[in-house]
Amino acid sequence: MNKKSIILVSCGHFEKNVIDKISTDLLFFFGFPLDVRECSLDLSSFYNPTRRQYDANLILKAVSEHSSPDAIKTLGLMRVDIYIPILTYIFGQSMLNGSTGIVSLYRLRNELYGLEQDDNLLIERFRKVIVHEMGHAFGLIHCLNPTCIMRSSTYVEDLDQKEMEFCYNCKTELDEKINGYQT
Amino acid sequence: MAEKKVSILVVDDEESVRDSLYNWFIDDGYDVECAENAKDALIMLEARDFDIILADIKMPGMDGMEMHRRIKTLNKEPIFIIMTAFASVDTAVQALKDGAYDYVTKPFDPDDLSHLIRNAASHVTLKAENISLKDRITTLEDVDDLVGESEGMKHVLREVESVAQSNSSVIITGESGTGKELIARAIHSNSSRKYFPLITVHCGALTESLLESELFGHEKGAFTGATFNRKGRFEMADGGTIFLDEIGTISSKMQIELLRVLETRTFVRVGGNKEITSDFRVICATNRDLKNMVKNGTFREDLYYRLNVVNIRIPPLRERVEDIPLLVNHFIRKYCKSMSRDLISVEPAALKHLQEFEYPGNVRELENLIERAIVIGNGKEIKLKDLPMGREVMSSSIESLDDLEKKHIALILNKYNWNISRASKALNVDRATLYNKIKKYDLEKRTR
Repeated sequence: MNKKSIILVSCGHFEKNVIDKISTDLLFFFGFPLDVRECSLDLSSFYNPTRRQYDANLILKAVSEHSSPDAIKTLGLMRVDIYIPILTYIFGQSMLNGSTGIVSLYRLRNELYGLEQDDNLLIERFRKVIVHEMGHAFGLIHCLNPTCIMRSSTYVEDLDQKEMEFCYNCKTELDEKINGYQT
Repeated sequence: MAEKKVSILVVDDEESVRDSLYNWFIDDGYDVECAENAKDALIMLEARDFDIILADIKMPGMDGMEMHRRIKTLNKEPIFIIMTAFASVDTAVQALKDGAYDYVTKPFDPDDLSHLIRNAASHVTLKAENISLKDRITTLEDVDDLVGESEGMKHVLREVESVAQSNSSVIITGESGTGKELIARAIHSNSSRKYFPLITVHCGALTESLLESELFGHEKGAFTGATFNRKGRFEMADGGTIFLDEIGTISSKMQIELLRVLETRTFVRVGGNKEITSDFRVICATNRDLKNMVKNGTFREDLYYRLNVVNIRIPPLRERVEDIPLLVNHFIRKYCKSMSRDLISVEPAALKHLQEFEYPGNVRELENLIERAIVIGNGKEIKLKDLPMGREVMSSSIESLDDLEKKHIALILNKYNWNISRASKALNVDRATLYNKIKKYDLEKRTR
């Protein structure tokens, strides 16, 4: 069994069943158990009143401070609208081969696009973005396969189109990267 | 070969912008570098090329527009995209007038950025493909298939080079299989007509009426079977070259028609009345002695002189045996590649016999021998036994005269389907002798 784990920093309330699903996903795809930690961050310090959004770069830095030596990766979960200066919004952010990532639920909600609320779809999208961002953190780049989880998604419709799985090439590459972490 | 990544240079004085774009593009698999001002960007551009440059319009010191102007003086042609925090139609128009690929306002919609860069990247890929395709056309021009270091071949290549740029008619003479069509293709590919078609007509393969229709085209209903209008080869060759192979086989009537077309560059389709003009160059080829045909009166003298402005004679292979090893290697490379096999070698004994053979069919015969040897060989080396003449050499050393006689009689009998009268006539022996030989050698008719 791996001693190392993926630390999940939840900023905002997430139902237990959601966290359980995320935990299962991360163990299934990356082989590392989840260590859920409560977030002590005050997100208001990352709020940009001009844009009425939260600066993802600053949050990313703050989340990385929640990491610990036994963390293989650290992932922050948000409910707020996050951005990076150059883009109007983002679903999530992580550095390629980096140690930290963040994902927000905010832009994944149907209601934001004038559609009917769908909690199941929302959680499915959220899980896809989490696995996608973790893929980047483990060194995977965007994939051109339309159904691969590593396909770039800038709209929620893109997220709905892709599957909750890696294509053969990305899976092979991911396995190699994970083996590198385990040896 | 691994595909080259599209490279992007981000130029912006704001660190957060540089970092965000860097991470975004790295995730997409691009090769990305950043510069915090135009001066640093220009220094980087002197050291290496970038496919796409994304530059802020307002930066301390040199602005994005000025930087774009300077890049153009470096003789570099990256796709230049201007970014700005403040939308201004005037600056956008100016940037596009200056040759910028696009103009985007910060912050970008992620989807817009994705589309913009994807389109720019596909533009880069298309441009690279275009260059590569043009290079491939140039490779054809480089007469790769004309192999030879002999004086004879060097002379031919010098003639091709000197005649290519002119518009003169050319007659290529040479025995069958020497590569007359390759020479015609080389002349066309090295001429200013290379981007127009090279139209080949094998005159010997067509009857007079078919050749007429083929060369001049026909109108619907001109003859039985002419169910639609059809362009002729002269019309198709407009702007390019027409290659008339086996010109020595055309009839007297076609010689007159051809002479008229060559003089006026105009003709009428079979069954038509509209005069068509076409701008083409004529290259002809023949393995016959046209000069002798003129003397005999079987080829028009005026047409001969009209066509024979330049004459290129291709030497037969027996006159350039020193080229045989080069040709052997060329054909090995060609066929191993087309058959997806590893390159193979030739054992010295086989090469020696290849060099000593007469080749009545010239280079074409050598090519066929090599192709066959690769197909039937062991996949590592062409051996003497893989060559037809090699097998004869090998078998003659072990067979007696009786064996040879038996083999020859069997061959003739099979050729005439065991018709004893015809076989004995061919062998120049009487029927009784042939029966005795059949009995002696215990020959039997093979049934399939």
